[in-house]
Amino acid sequence: MTELTCIICPLGCRIGVKPAAAGMKITGHGCRRGEDYARDEVTNPKRTLTSVVRMGESGQLLPVKTAGQIPKDKIFEAMAELKKIRVEVPVEIGQVIRGNFAGTGVALVATKRVVSN
Amino acid sequence: MLERAVDLLVIGAGPAGLAAGLAAAESGVGEVLLLDRMEEPGGILPQCIHNGFGLRYFREELTGPEYAIRFVDLLSKFPSVKVKTGTMVLELMKDHRVITASPGEGMVAYQAKAVILAMGCRERPRGAINIPGFRPAGVFTAGTVQRFVNIEGYLPGHRAVILGSGDIGLIMARRLTMEGVVVPAVLEIMPYSSGLTRNVVQCLEDFGIPLLLSHTVVKIIGKHRVEGVMVAPVDQNFTPVNAQAFTIDCDTLVLSVGLIPENELSLMAGVELDPATGGPRVDAGYQTSVSGVFACGNVAHVHDLVDDVSEESRVAGQMAAQFITKGTLVASPLKVQPGRNIRSVVPQRINSAQPTTLYIRVSFPERDVTLRVGESAVREKVVTPGETIRLIVQPEQLKSCQEFLPVSIEVEKHD
Repeated sequence: MTELTCIICPLGCRIGVKPAAAGMKITGHGCRRGEDYARDEVTNPKRTLTSVVRMGESGQLLPVKTAGQIPKDKIFEAMAELKKIRVEVPVEIGQVIRGNFAGTGVALVATKRVVSN
Repeated sequence: MLERAVDLLVIGAGPAGLAAGLAAAESGVGEVLLLDRMEEPGGILPQCIHNGFGLRYFREELTGPEYAIRFVDLLSKFPSVKVKTGTMVLELMKDHRVITASPGEGMVAYQAKAVILAMGCRERPRGAINIPGFRPAGVFTAGTVQRFVNIEGYLPGHRAVILGSGDIGLIMARRLTMEGVVVPAVLEIMPYSSGLTRNVVQCLEDFGIPLLLSHTVVKIIGKHRVEGVMVAPVDQNFTPVNAQAFTIDCDTLVLSVGLIPENELSLMAGVELDPATGGPRVDAGYQTSVSGVFACGNVAHVHDLVDDVSEESRVAGQMAAQFITKGTLVASPLKVQPGRNIRSVVPQRINSAQPTTLYIRVSFPERDVTLRVGESAVREKVVTPGETIRLIVQPEQLKSCQEFLPVSIEVEKHD
């Protein structure tokens, strides 16, 4: 049995997930959202990645995020990919820095506006 | 010294100042000036590159920089609102006179009709908790590490122990790990974490970082650079049990041991502070004990969610606008009286003229309790110091209150 703490609301229900005849048996959740979260966490856990990349000449940092969630086990591979990126000014919020980032199918976007160096 | 006049002067252009300034401008105040000592507006938000901001206020999950720019862009639509960065406020006087200094303009004195205090808070440093040892390089507060990593582009070290499991400590545990720094442990002196559960899960459990509850650092090892920390469990009086001390090798110690509202200017102006919050006592309009001086955001009380900061700062901005046009505000004669397991309630005085949002913080965690506010009672499955309770009080609920509004957490007696 896998045990995990739900993060959907402050209750933090302790949820148990067991393989069962028809897929999965989920216990301990307080609501449907928790049940869905637990199912995803066990089958295909995902996270949003937030980090920074360097900007061209100045070396200034630009905060970025993945536009959606990516597989949790790809996080460190994605971090390594970020080191290869250099972005030029100007940058707008939401601007796509890399589409299909690190082969996740999710875009990497800027979260800060940078007008000039 | 240059002398200028403004209608509203806002000290701090972080999330509190930005929301308050925006609300004041929307309410029709003419000349609004926001001052901030940093190089860009947004306060702490530009370095908070993680997400989780705005879930309530915008119904979107934003990163810190994205949240800040929403307000900066909205403010830019008002030509009479100015934001001056790189400007330090040196003095604030009761009569709303403000002395400032900046490299660009030198010393400038402003005379304002009303002032909003939005200075935020500071982190408690090593000295405040007196950790024994020499003074080696490598001891940082968590916010400083966040600034170095996310804005300046430097790692603080290669192996970092984190003291304090509040949100900023948890967030930095994850951030450092993602950037290749080894985090051997997060230590917490209390028997529970004061951070949001989602952060304990997504910052520690995700990365297999051990959380040692009821532990603290009893000595920093190293003379020129941190070489390790001596760690010990604590007893129920929070006294370290030295016989059980052990060493964790590291070259960096990150401190996340509390935030203190920054009220030096408030005290200068004679504003009364509430020892329970560390910030000014405020009424339903977020006015302090000094007429025409308002306070909102972390300077008034430490928040967990920036959405709450924006919400309360809007009220402060609207009320400052009313003060400027009308000169006075509706009084708040009802004094909030914190009772059992209540650490603080803001605002400290309210009235029954309109619904009021109360921000309540408990002293210790409890399950299956009742929150009593005057006559009304709300069942709460979980209350914990790390998560502020936000409760809207309706005027009808205050009908039977004469002078006091008692607020307490009660444990229901079961048969």
